[in-house]
Amino acid sequence: MTLDHALTADALTLGYGERTVIDGLDLVVPPGRITAIVGANACGKSTLLRSMSRLLAPRSGQVLLDGKAVHRMPAKELARTLGLLPQSPIAPEGITVSDLVGRGRHPHQKLLARWSREDDEAVAEALAATQTAELADRSVDELSGGQRQRVWIALALAQRTDVLLLDEPTTFLDVSHQIDVLDLLTTLNHTRGTTIVMVLHDLNLAARYADHLIALAAGRLHAAGPPEQVLTPQTVQAVFGLSSEIITDPVSGKPLMVPRGRHHDLARQDLARQDLARQDLAREDPVREDLVPEEPAREAMEREVGVGRLS
Amino acid sequence: MTAGLVAAPSAVDDVARGRVRRAVRWRAVVTVLAVLVVLTYVLTLMVGRTFYPPGDVVRVVLGQDVPGASFTVGRLRLPRATLAVVAGLSFGLAGVTFQTMLRNPLASPDVIGISTGASAAAAVAIVLLGLGGTAVSVFAIVAGLVVAVLIYLLAYKDGGAGTRFILIGIGMAAMLHSVIAYVLSRASQWDYQEALRWLSGSLNGVTWDRTVPALVVLVVLGPVLLTQTRALEAIQLGDDTASALGVRVERTRLLAMVAAVGVLAFATAACGPIAFVAFLAGPIAARVVGPNGSLLLPAALVGALLVLVADLCGQFAFGTRFPVGVVTGVLGAPYLIYLIVRSNRVGGSL
Ligand SMILES: Nc1ncnc2c1ncn2[C@@H]1O[C@H](COP(=O)(O)OP(=O)(O)O)[C@@H](O)[C@H]1O
Ligand SMILES: [Mg+2]
Repeated sequence: MTLDHALTADALTLGYGERTVIDGLDLVVPPGRITAIVGANACGKSTLLRSMSRLLAPRSGQVLLDGKAVHRMPAKELARTLGLLPQSPIAPEGITVSDLVGRGRHPHQKLLARWSREDDEAVAEALAATQTAELADRSVDELSGGQRQRVWIALALAQRTDVLLLDEPTTFLDVSHQIDVLDLLTTLNHTRGTTIVMVLHDLNLAARYADHLIALAAGRLHAAGPPEQVLTPQTVQAVFGLSSEIITDPVSGKPLMVPRGRHHDLARQDLARQDLARQDLAREDPVREDLVPEEPAREAMEREVGVGRLS
Repeated sequence: MTAGLVAAPSAVDDVARGRVRRAVRWRAVVTVLAVLVVLTYVLTLMVGRTFYPPGDVVRVVLGQDVPGASFTVGRLRLPRATLAVVAGLSFGLAGVTFQTMLRNPLASPDVIGISTGASAAAAVAIVLLGLGGTAVSVFAIVAGLVVAVLIYLLAYKDGGAGTRFILIGIGMAAMLHSVIAYVLSRASQWDYQEALRWLSGSLNGVTWDRTVPALVVLVVLGPVLLTQTRALEAIQLGDDTASALGVRVERTRLLAMVAAVGVLAFATAACGPIAFVAFLAGPIAARVVGPNGSLLLPAALVGALLVLVADLCGQFAFGTRFPVGVVTGVLGAPYLIYLIVRSNRVGGSL
């Protein structure tokens, strides 16, 4: 087990130019656990991670690692404790997997020092953990999306940090690769005690894999805590503006969000079907003609419930 | 991905072997390039209107007195060949630094107007202000930095890299070219050689007082750039990744930019902006080195080789003598067009 590090945000305000993106955020990342950050597009999740890894200086407030402001720590010292896999890293043309992963050793290397056995071990370990060892000599350009994402995670692993931030590590992956990546991060957390903070788009995967769920809305903390407490219809409504139901995931026992949406709602659809059937009956029976609604109203109803071809 | 998190010793050995193999290849390429540079350098000293055997040339370089050769080789050819090497190293190093830092092969200082800026300033200093020596170099470096900073500010968005940067730079280069043309039209006595020097670079009539400042600056700033290799390679992965790897991105970029413009401007003040050497050296080095290591040193050596070979060709391959920049320009232009056509076809940014 590694040392547990306390990572917190203290009245943190972040922005670009005139615009404030994160406004007075207080946040505690539980050490040694998996934290997932969720929130609508453009609500500032990446901005928050960028500030935690000191790329973006706060307007006010601070990010603290073990009580020290990260923006005042030497860059390499911070990078030996806290790593970040950004949302869209760039692979230079023609770079090989082993070269890319090896660059994760940068914070551990002195200006002109040669490679050490420890560097090789860290790279080998990162390749093994992500099952990319057999790709070592391949060019990153020619890998599939899933392979490439594993290589980027290997780069972050080679850095051997106790705290690892990942910005949407599962985006662009098919569902089985998403589970692969999240399982790998969980193994890392269980075996090494690495503190993991990740931004996830999929609420249900976030609820399943995170010990601690943080919901951001409009640059502020909306809710934080165990998924069972945070993932409620109220939170989903407030954060995503979506009506939903929460049930229990039969596999993991964690909360599972089921969105309501405008279509496919069984309860509403049954009612609508009965209604339309009654109207059709009425049309066949001239005596009951008075029951048929006017055409535009009927079309509107069909559009609304999505059963246009019913009659 | 259920594999354990600890790598077997044999896997570590595999990684170490792969790394050593790449390092050996990299060193082999660098050695071969360095040997080629030395051989071409000596060849440049041997040939000319009179031919001197290698023995004579080496003795002159070592400071011994060889009748005839001491003047022709020592006074005429040595400063010229030395400047060819110094300028080639400088252009190659500056070019690959910009290309790496801005993650784009088009982002070399001779494409985005920095060399043209330095050249225009040198032309103004010499032709209009009647200055000479170090003052010209100072003019050139200040102008190079001003152009670099100007492009950076005009294009500043998401850290300054990208298409905007390059398009604004190309516009700037065109503008500064017209400045050079204007200056030359104002020159009191029309000097054809001078004109060619500031338009496309020339090594004709080089003396030591032009070569030495460029050499000194290269010896000081070249190593500074080489120490930034790993940081620049981290920046290649994106600003976010580099920052996460402990690189101070803006500081590294500033340091690399000042050092690269420094070597570039001093070389430009000595021999003009030898066309496309900065632009070509990096991509050629990438071809030769492959995925085996850093491009900075190999690109510098390729730059030197390009200038030496182009100067030899310009002097002796054709019926008339062409300045070196005309030859490198003929080499570089098709590659520039190829890059632009390719980026159009890929359907994206420059
Ligand atoms: N480099 C930048 N410059 C200016 N605005 C930015 C920059 N990066 C992000 N933003 C803006 O900040 C807001 C939050 O972005 P981001 O943190 O990327 O959101 P998320 O990751 O939650 O989708 C967005 O409105 C985005 O347009
Ligand atoms: Mg984001």
